[in-house]
Amino acid sequence: MIDLLRARLRQGYRTQPFPPATNPLPERFRGLPVISSGPCAESCQTCMEACPTGAITTDGGVKLDLGKCLFCSACAEACPEGKILFSQDYALASTSREALVLNGEGIRPKVEALQGEMKRLFGRSLKLRQVSAGGCNGCEADLNVLSTVGFDLGRFGIQFVASPRHADGIVVTGPVTRNMASALRATYDAIPAPKLVILVGACALSGGTFAGSPAVAGMPTDIPVDLYIPGCPPHPLTILDGLLRLLGRLGK
Amino acid sequence: MSGSCKAMANGTAVVVGDVSVQPMPAFRSSVLEEGARGGRLVSLFPMEGPDGTLLFAFVAQDAMGTVALFAGALGSERTYPALTAQWPQAQAFERDLWENGGITPEGHPWLKPLCFPSLRSGQTIPADYRYFAAEGEEVHEVAVGPVHAGIIEPGHFRFQCHGEEVLHLEIQLGFQHRGAEGLLRNAPAPRRLTTAESIAGDSVVAHTTAFALVEEALAGAPVPARAHALRAVALELERLANHAGDLGALAGDVGYLPAASFFGRLRGDFLNLTQGLCGNRFGRGLVIPGGVRFDADPGWIDGTLKALTVLRRDMEDTAGLLFGSASVQNRFEGTGILYKDTAELLGVVGPAARASGCGRDVRQDHPAGYYRFAQVPPQMLASGDVYARAMVRWLEIQQSLRFLEDNLPSLPSGFLRVEAGTRQPGRIAVALVEGWRGETVHAAATDASGDLAAYKVTDPSIHNWMGLAMAMRGGAISDFPLCNKSFNLSYAGHDR
Ligand code: SF4
Repeated sequence: MIDLLRARLRQGYRTQPFPPATNPLPERFRGLPVISSGPCAESCQTCMEACPTGAITTDGGVKLDLGKCLFCSACAEACPEGKILFSQDYALASTSREALVLNGEGIRPKVEALQGEMKRLFGRSLKLRQVSAGGCNGCEADLNVLSTVGFDLGRFGIQFVASPRHADGIVVTGPVTRNMASALRATYDAIPAPKLVILVGACALSGGTFAGSPAVAGMPTDIPVDLYIPGCPPHPLTILDGLLRLLGRLGK
Repeated sequence: MSGSCKAMANGTAVVVGDVSVQPMPAFRSSVLEEGARGGRLVSLFPMEGPDGTLLFAFVAQDAMGTVALFAGALGSERTYPALTAQWPQAQAFERDLWENGGITPEGHPWLKPLCFPSLRSGQTIPADYRYFAAEGEEVHEVAVGPVHAGIIEPGHFRFQCHGEEVLHLEIQLGFQHRGAEGLLRNAPAPRRLTTAESIAGDSVVAHTTAFALVEEALAGAPVPARAHALRAVALELERLANHAGDLGALAGDVGYLPAASFFGRLRGDFLNLTQGLCGNRFGRGLVIPGGVRFDADPGWIDGTLKALTVLRRDMEDTAGLLFGSASVQNRFEGTGILYKDTAELLGVVGPAARASGCGRDVRQDHPAGYYRFAQVPPQMLASGDVYARAMVRWLEIQQSLRFLEDNLPSLPSGFLRVEAGTRQPGRIAVALVEGWRGETVHAAATDASGDLAAYKVTDPSIHNWMGLAMAMRGGAISDFPLCNKSFNLSYAGHDR
């Protein structure tokens, strides 16, 4: 018991304030890409060819789809003019799928906070059921981390629950394999309405590196999505930031 | 080693034409003989070619540090007498041949789908699959999954119980099957790399290193020593993060919350060290064919060495709490025993094998890359229970800490990467990497034009899931969560 208290004292208080006072992410962290505006050299498609997931198109200037992006930075490395750079900005979540397609003209992911009845229902207490549908355990790991002492998701009134019937929404990871399609549907159906749908990670948003694989069914198009959280996997700060913005718990 | 095979070293390639192709009966008996001499089956897969189908088997001889490659000519009837009947460690490989390759291993004692690749079978799980059922008075069945209670990958567990006692556990996976091997064979180079990173997201460095070693062997690329060293550094950080996380999860499962939260936080600290090196907590973006993309600059090395002193102290404190608590030990000891002969029979790998007294560790037995210069002797226990699997992790944590403390100050200098180059035609290569979960194997072969004609991934979980099922026999069903965590296997790695 003495040892226990000694260890507790030594290790100290570990819950980090959110939002953090200064961005804690290291220089090499790859967050929101910044694309310089202006035309590229004629017929240059180097970034497009370097990209594993077809996230980049080049006609009429570089466009980068964060929903497909794995944040590998192969494009930045390949571009002869340094037009694509990765910042340490971890705020990547968006309520609009279109706002995830960046160009050089200031489009950036944007979260519209819940309004009215939805805000009243979920704003101060949100229970989520997570379904991994082909996730590699990267997104799952960084979702799990939110419940550890460092991030302490519970202090915001957000909690992952065991039963879909106790949940206000579903968090989907993975490209949705054919073999998980029916289990995902059953879980979604079991959550009482009104419900939120949150997609976490490039695989859930677009198939990621597995897009188009014959074993993958993809996220069903008839399920409306409330929040997209890009990344491979998204950093825990990215997920937390997205959830809190959706609930209207962070300022502008 | 018999003359019918080609003896290879880990991380090398040979000319396919130099491997003697045997008719199936001879192939089968030489593979079985190799197994009887202490060999372990590390990969088994087909290659379709203009002259028909070849079956390749890689059998590791740990004592000799070699991997024996056998080739068999499969006839157009696409059947052969199963290896599994005599050699249980072939069970998953042969089920894969059957469901993915359209090849029938006749007399396989339990020929059932491994991953239900929906394309070929047209089935979905578990609707039209008949589970093994025990019969008798008071026998009851418990079904769990695919969607579990926490944030966990999907899989289905079917218990046959008599009261609390588990008579039999059947583990049916495949929900995570994404067709990774198909992409690894056919997709363009950038996508092959990101797919290798996503086979198992907690073992990125292990899988990408095996992937890169195979590419480099096929192309004959001279990988710089510094790249090998940085891969090893990242691999040990991956081991530290996951082992710490596992000890925390085990503590949480028996309700010992201080150790659970301390280890959970420490796991994150190791992930953050990896993030400082390559920008991603899981090591994505670091390893590429030809080398690595990021250097360990003096600032990172200094900072890491300083962080490790504090981490070592906190880890020692926390491990002391966990292993010094009588109530924890009471739950760990004697729970979920995997006996050594069962582990040998099933070809179990990694900490789970070492906890059952099987002293295998790729870093020692088949060193490649930096491990040729840095010794890492296997850490073993004999009891095969949850305690042993936890303790082996703690011993390996201390070993990995020492590895980093010893090697970070004196990493070899030089380039980070070379052009991987083009693959040579008609070659076959194999790479084994000791990931935190165990032996991670990639193997590939090229055709006459240098294109990939076969690509096979063996995550350690392929061997070990059956080990977990066996460890539960005769145990209490209420011990399953603890036992499961003590193995902590990958669903995605198994299903690919
Ligand atoms: S960082 Fe994103 S857009 Fe750039 S190459 Fe990688 S996946 Fe494509």
